[in-house]
Amino acid sequence: MGIKDFAVRCWRTFSRPSVHFSLGFLTLGGFLAGVMFWGGFNTALETTNKEAFCISCHEMKENVYEELKQTIHFTNRSGVRATCPDCHVPHNWTDKIARKMQASKEVWGKIFGTIDTREKFLDKRLELASHEWNRLKSNNSLECRNCHSAESMDITRQNPRAAKMHETYLFTDQKTCIDCHKGIAHRLPDMRDVPPGWTGITSSAQ
Amino acid sequence: MKIRILLAAFALVAALPVLVAGAGAADAPKLPSGPHPMVQDVPADPMPREIVDDVKRTRNYADQPPLIPHAIRDYQLDLNVNKCLTCHDRKNSEGAQAPMISITHFQDRDGQALGAVSPRRYFCTQCHVPQTDARPITGNMFKDIDTVLRGKEGGK
Repeated sequence: MGIKDFAVRCWRTFSRPSVHFSLGFLTLGGFLAGVMFWGGFNTALETTNKEAFCISCHEMKENVYEELKQTIHFTNRSGVRATCPDCHVPHNWTDKIARKMQASKEVWGKIFGTIDTREKFLDKRLELASHEWNRLKSNNSLECRNCHSAESMDITRQNPRAAKMHETYLFTDQKTCIDCHKGIAHRLPDMRDVPPGWTGITSSAQ
Repeated sequence: MKIRILLAAFALVAALPVLVAGAGAADAPKLPSGPHPMVQDVPADPMPREIVDDVKRTRNYADQPPLIPHAIRDYQLDLNVNKCLTCHDRKNSEGAQAPMISITHFQDRDGQALGAVSPRRYFCTQCHVPQTDARPITGNMFKDIDTVLRGKEGGK
């Protein structure tokens, strides 16, 4: 009964006109508080969306970031580079918030040291990679396409091998980027049971 | 006075090989990392460009491992995955339209047929290498078997 009484009392206070504060104070104060809250929220969101934040954990800095540094998404002839959130966080606001909520599991992992050694990380790599592959597969490789669009892709400038593959699998929507381009920015786990995109049969040596 | 001239002559004789070697070094083939004093900071030559035209090269002899006519940057080749085999393995060659690795790669060293790539053939880049447009440091007088045979017939 206590909770119900409390709720009823709160509602009475809330639904009655204010006795002490003016309408102007309440509207302007509410507006300013809203601005401050939203600004603060967005700033916090953007801070956690920076590479510096990602690699402030040794798990990321010593494993995946070290691997990224050797790949073409880190160093290349044109000097454009992808940072962690470019590929791992959706740019669209609602999708971004959804991903951030999922990331609370990663905070849990950090607190309890799920991958706090290289060995633990390697053992878990297939599972972690599978999460990302599935995410990119289900959103049609959205994060890839933020930079690489099929419309702007000039296959006459690609080598014949790449051009043919893109013509056969990408332009016909048979496959999406991640089906073939796995492990482009990090080392791969044991791929025995993961077929290459163009085959659908496992490349296992067994 | 005489002693001084003698000393000067000695010094000249001693310096001669160095001077000659210095003059000769200009004509010598330019080595990418040839001998130079350790303390000297010699700028590195630009990296040659990879050949990525996908055109098969003639082999110099029948047993030569075919060259790789495409880029293999970041290709992972370890216990977890063999990136080359994701196209060139028997199962994947149709989807990738890549040449299948030779039948010899499916045999152990006694010639016994295996169901999959032999472990001793697993590390592709031990034998197969990509090429760059770097110019050879020295010339090569290699002649293939046809040229050699033709040469003999001509001599007869």
